[in-house]
Amino acid sequence: MPQVKFIEFNGTEHVVDASVGESIMVAATSNLVPGIDADCGGECSCATCHVLISAEWQSKLAPRSDQEESMLDLNPDRTDESRLSCQIPMTEELDGITVNLPEFQY
Amino acid sequence: MSEAVQIGPNPYEMPLEDINVSQASLFQTNSHWQYFERLRREDPVHYFNDPLFGPYWSITRFNDIMDIEKNVQQFSSEGGITLADRDESFKTVNFISLDPPRHDVQRKAVTGVVAPTNLAKLEPIIRERAARILDGLPVGEPFNWVDLVSIELTTQMLATLFDFPFEDRRKLTYWSDMATSGARAGGPTPEPVRQAALLECLEVFTGLWNERVNRDPADHFDLITMLANNPDTRNMDPMEYLGNLILLIVGGNDTTRNSISGGIYFMDQNPDQFERVKADHSLIPKMVPEVIRYQTPLAYMRRTATEDVEFRGKTIRAGEKVALWYVSGNRDDTVIDRPDEFIVDRDNPRHHLSFGFGIHRCMGNRLAEMQLRIIWEEILARFDRIEVTGEPERVQSSFVKGYTELPVVVHRR
Repeated sequence: MPQVKFIEFNGTEHVVDASVGESIMVAATSNLVPGIDADCGGECSCATCHVLISAEWQSKLAPRSDQEESMLDLNPDRTDESRLSCQIPMTEELDGITVNLPEFQY
Repeated sequence: MSEAVQIGPNPYEMPLEDINVSQASLFQTNSHWQYFERLRREDPVHYFNDPLFGPYWSITRFNDIMDIEKNVQQFSSEGGITLADRDESFKTVNFISLDPPRHDVQRKAVTGVVAPTNLAKLEPIIRERAARILDGLPVGEPFNWVDLVSIELTTQMLATLFDFPFEDRRKLTYWSDMATSGARAGGPTPEPVRQAALLECLEVFTGLWNERVNRDPADHFDLITMLANNPDTRNMDPMEYLGNLILLIVGGNDTTRNSISGGIYFMDQNPDQFERVKADHSLIPKMVPEVIRYQTPLAYMRRTATEDVEFRGKTIRAGEKVALWYVSGNRDDTVIDRPDEFIVDRDNPRHHLSFGFGIHRCMGNRLAEMQLRIIWEEILARFDRIEVTGEPERVQSSFVKGYTELPVVVHRR
């Protein structure tokens, strides 16, 4: 099973198993990783599963959809590394991906 | 337990096509529940030609509401967010009734006021004020919780966000109530009275704007200074300024106020749930979103179809109004387990529609939750019980779902 390394804003690391096909958001919430709220349940409609992913790892991801772009755009703290974790399905290729969590969810 | 009380005609005994859920009286008498239950089951995308609002569609299932909120291309906000037709001679504009891209720039200009770092600064202020309000309540004698607590706390908060003259803060309450109670929307306030009140609001806030337009926004973290100094909003025309003021006043006032009152009422109606929170205050962060779901302080939001849309087997025509009934979606048992029950420790309690979803999701949702969390922490630190001594009186509106009176007696610990 591929793994995801979540790093909380305070530096605490959580390495969790993620099933292929499930989203990185689900990998976090089902393993009780704190810092991801996911109020809308994975519908790309609340932007409370905001994460930061380096350019290197982002190059392995599908680009943001218009919907993800418009939700991220509401967040004044967004950066080039910003993604919504509910929009990233896990694959074997993403084994070992590092996902940084922001200080807050809006 | 369910709140459902049927007053007036039984919605199951009338022809389906006659069902009209936009009547303010249904909400004022708390008799809307079975109408929505029937629509969810039998006609979840429902058409009605209303004498006041004209033809409109009612969307009543949770997932259908979510789908339409995500589809901003076919379902625009620019026709307005309530079913009432706007008065072309008094047309206010604000970002909740704009589509991208104008929506995005205006919203971003004010989002900072509810940014998490700012909320952290506000928390001790809210706590101190909540404590002072609760410590000043009469003990053992009846009073109206809405007036002495819910309105007072939310209005103080709003005055802080605007840096509004504190002693005049009840003007904010008055303008908020006027904004949402107009006769065009089925409320009790004649339109000339409503417009006069809103023009007074504009006049007062124009004075504040002029005082602050040259202030440094780095030193003054209030909404007026932010709007007056942001390049995207500093050239707003007066009706756009007024529109955004009303949006922020109503958004920051009515909704939290009615969720504070609602929580008191639900705890009284569900003493077993109240006992659980009393015994374990760590349940408060889960209980708060449940109060917001159960109350649903805004019953719906409207969209307008931009083109003919086939939706769940119906054809919604270009230009037709669509009401997304949050109050119904929040009771959809295909998404929420035992939705008619008030349960203080639900799994995923934030999975409710009260804040909306998509790009128009309530920007103050974390502030609202924080205010409710603090007031409940302070209530439980002081009182053994808030006893509701009579039936609440409810607002005459199909949009603002709230209370004008909640008679209570508080009992100290």
